[in-house]
Amino acid sequence: MHEWALADGIVRTVQDFARKYNATRVNEVKIVLGELQDVDPEILKFALEETKKGTVMEDANLVFVEEKAVFECKNCGHRWYLDDVRDILDDKIKEDVHFVPEVAHAFISCPNCKSRDFEILEGRGVYIDSITIEED
Amino acid sequence: MDPRIAAIRARTEYIKRIIPVASGKGGVGKSLVSTGLALALKEKGFKVGLMDMDFNGASDHIILGASVDEFPEEEKGVVPPEIHGLRFMSIVYYTQNNPTPLRGAEISNALIELLAITRWGDLDYLIIDTPPGMSDTFLDILRFLSRGEFLIVTTPSPLSYNVVDKLIALLKERNHKIVGIVENMKRGEVIKVTNPAAKYNIPVLVEIPVVNEIDEVIGDPGKLMHSVFGERMKSLCDKI
Repeated sequence: MHEWALADGIVRTVQDFARKYNATRVNEVKIVLGELQDVDPEILKFALEETKKGTVMEDANLVFVEEKAVFECKNCGHRWYLDDVRDILDDKIKEDVHFVPEVAHAFISCPNCKSRDFEILEGRGVYIDSITIEED
Repeated sequence: MDPRIAAIRARTEYIKRIIPVASGKGGVGKSLVSTGLALALKEKGFKVGLMDMDFNGASDHIILGASVDEFPEEEKGVVPPEIHGLRFMSIVYYTQNNPTPLRGAEISNALIELLAITRWGDLDYLIIDTPPGMSDTFLDILRFLSRGEFLIVTTPSPLSYNVVDKLIALLKERNHKIVGIVENMKRGEVIKVTNPAAKYNIPVLVEIPVVNEIDEVIGDPGKLMHSVFGERMKSLCDKI
């Protein structure tokens, strides 16, 4: 997902959350960055700083946490990390996976049995881990 | 929390009408109808987007004769490339034509991702080519694009009618709008099973005969739109 589209989604989600709980301000937003999607934290931070201006989260502290990508083969049960298959990921493939992480199945297979039928257990993409607010 | 869900709302707010093309049954011509309808609407001067959501069987790019070697342009999201006047999005831009086996939850994730990043801009119509069946993609379309107006494709076969009947029942349960039915591959003989259109009082908007030369015009939208099939698609435009 492109960082700007992602920032837009994060700000909208936090605004929805703040409305739901009648928050007067948002103090902190903790965002997890999955390794597989390879989102650039600096670009995302800049996009968020710009997008959150004039919103309830304008002064919120942004915390980024990186999460390693872990895969598990559905066929043989083997578990592996992105580092184990990194040598097959050229720049074009990295771009493909950046936009739609599921296309990893087009390029990566289980290092043990070569099956493409694997699950991305952790570190797929970006999600909001927590939002800290001040209520009325 | 998944920030993409809120992004989907923003990405689709300037689209006037969303038309998912569905059937429940495979092999009835959803991709040809989706692509043909999109091209016909474009010929009438509308701004049209086409999204191929059949991730395991994506084929709209083949019908359009589109090159998918280059990434769509990035501009605060992804701008769908213009192919024969259509804004076209498909997972094939990102798979390099490799087999991409996906289980249900991953199909759902990929669909949410594409909906969240694609900046359609102003559109009169977004035509969505859906996969067969009523599993993840279909359920996600009901969930995220609930204002979709469904166009149902069937062939005049008891096998297709049976599945379409269930599809219509499912859509009606939740009051989803159905614009009508396209009956494809008509062969002219009398069918002993009634099209469920009558049972549910849904109009059959157009009947398309078997077009023997259809494979010869795949990949050439100009020829496609001058075929019998293309003529029927132009007629369909005026009825949706």
